[in-house]
Amino acid sequence: MGGAFFRMRGIDKDYIMGGETVHILKHINLDIVEGEYLSVLGPSGSGKSTLMNIIGCLDTPTAGQYMLRGREVEELDEHELAQLRSREIGFIFQNSQLLPRLTARKNVELPLIYAGVPPRERRKRAQAMLERVGLSDRMEHLPTQLSGGQQQRVAIARALVGNPSILLADEPTGALDQKTGAQIMTLFQALNDEHRTVIMITHDMNIAKRAKRVVRIIDGEILEGGDAQDA
Amino acid sequence: MLKSLRATLVMLHECVVMSIDNIRGNKVRSFLTLLGILIGVAAVITLISTVSGVSGSLASSFSSMGVGTLTVTVTGSDLKSGMTPEDLSRLTALDEVKGLVPNVSLNGRVSYGKTVETNVAVSGKNAFYFDMNEDLIVHGRALNFIDDDNNSYVCVISQEMVDTFFFGVNPLGETLYVSGLPFTVVGCYEEDSGGGIASIFSGSPNIMIPYTTALKINNTNEVNSFTVYLADGVDSTAAASTIEDLMDVIFDFEEDCFTVTSMASIEETMNTMLGMMSTLLAGIASIALVVGGIGIMNMMLTTVTERTTEIGLKKALGAIPWQIQAQFLIESFLLSMLGGLIGVVFGLLLSYALCRVLGTSFVLNGGAIALGVGFSAAVGIVFGWVPARKASRLNPIDALRSI
Repeated sequence: MGGAFFRMRGIDKDYIMGGETVHILKHINLDIVEGEYLSVLGPSGSGKSTLMNIIGCLDTPTAGQYMLRGREVEELDEHELAQLRSREIGFIFQNSQLLPRLTARKNVELPLIYAGVPPRERRKRAQAMLERVGLSDRMEHLPTQLSGGQQQRVAIARALVGNPSILLADEPTGALDQKTGAQIMTLFQALNDEHRTVIMITHDMNIAKRAKRVVRIIDGEILEGGDAQDA
Repeated sequence: MLKSLRATLVMLHECVVMSIDNIRGNKVRSFLTLLGILIGVAAVITLISTVSGVSGSLASSFSSMGVGTLTVTVTGSDLKSGMTPEDLSRLTALDEVKGLVPNVSLNGRVSYGKTVETNVAVSGKNAFYFDMNEDLIVHGRALNFIDDDNNSYVCVISQEMVDTFFFGVNPLGETLYVSGLPFTVVGCYEEDSGGGIASIFSGSPNIMIPYTTALKINNTNEVNSFTVYLADGVDSTAAASTIEDLMDVIFDFEEDCFTVTSMASIEETMNTMLGMMSTLLAGIASIALVVGGIGIMNMMLTTVTERTTEIGLKKALGAIPWQIQAQFLIESFLLSMLGGLIGVVFGLLLSYALCRVLGTSFVLNGGAIALGVGFSAAVGIVFGWVPARKASRLNPIDALRSI
């Protein structure tokens, strides 16, 4: 089997809508090397969200093989998928998705809670990560007391705190103004410089270009950029 | 193994913290939801405590006045419709019997001057009755055996009668007309003293006259109801059968001429009835608990729908299904328990107040509290199960799509 870090071979994803089978993803081949910074670029309806769900182990393909750190994802059950997500994937969503009643620090601690990390260590790691994204003075603030950019940075800290292999960002700047968006992109660049794998899903060419490699997807097919590059 | 147990505990602790947070975050809704459980538990506890308080005080008043007496009711046969004074003497002569009090009741029209009262309870008693209830008479004298022997037209009247007829007048020596016949008032008594639980069954009489006189007014010489006072240390069951044997002889072994009732057997019947009543009432109150449970289920289902995104997010962050399920189950359990505990407090306060109003003693009923708390815990888990399961089965993609 080998210990491929990230390899997709012939991934199909079909949905049945109103009795008709819709092919969302058609025979996707994608390889990623650890430490890469890549963006998946495509218009809405291109299947890039479905691809993100499969990459993020939230969904399993209809056919094909997806190997993540030596494990065949399509063979895992719901419980194993959850554990894989917990270890390998850090999600960043378009509008940060923080729990409104929890402080920034508590939000960052959330993945560690499900991983069963004891409170003291949890707190320490969350604080360290918030410092890393430049929010050491905002730890006990509620999300509503933070600006959009700060909220997104809390979300990044939350994605990073479990020390995942891949940072998976879905339109991370979609809800931000240009200047704040640029700050977030700079942060991503810095994280990638620390040899962290970053995958960014976007429809914005200008954002996509910030990545070292751009994978274009249209109508469920990869047009270009499917081959791995050395980071 | 130990490590995963620890991780589980950490997770559960966090679930409790988050649940409390959610309950507090929706104060009004949470309160309205737990109101159902609160009312149900309060009702169960109030009913059980009050009924047990009532039966407790009934039992104690039974034992205070019921010891050593038997009540005999005579229906008689075709040939002999009641007990003559001679028959009564034969009973009195028994070793087991200290004495007996005939009870001859008549409802009468009573008048004094221009004041007229109808339907006054008049009771014929004998001197022995007043010997047994020495503190009864508060003014004047009691009826004595001379009155009995001479069919005297004398009476003792209750305080209520004094107030009705003799406002501002000393009743002693005055003449009352009972069913048109003149009676001299020789004494007054307090209604309540000596009445006890017996007054619940017979009603306390307003006027007492010698039983021989009462028989004469009723135009008979037979008594149909009397109370037997047993000699000290006599077992009431054994005495009852001795009395029954003698009365069988008196009634020539005709069947169904009389019934001998001891207070003990009445008490037993009462307790059985109260027990049944309390079970029935608790059963009815439990319906409120079930309704409360449905309320909790409804709220939890709403919560799951509202927090679809949160659930999806948590799943994306690595929460496994049972962790999500545990969180919602803990939330409904805590909500229900909170309702249950407040309900226990309310129930206890309410039953204390009721006991004070009813004049019974307040007994802290541990069983009722355990029942209330246990039931609300069960309701929380049972009715939280479906929503929690629904939450844990949410597909993270569908859940996140609402972002």
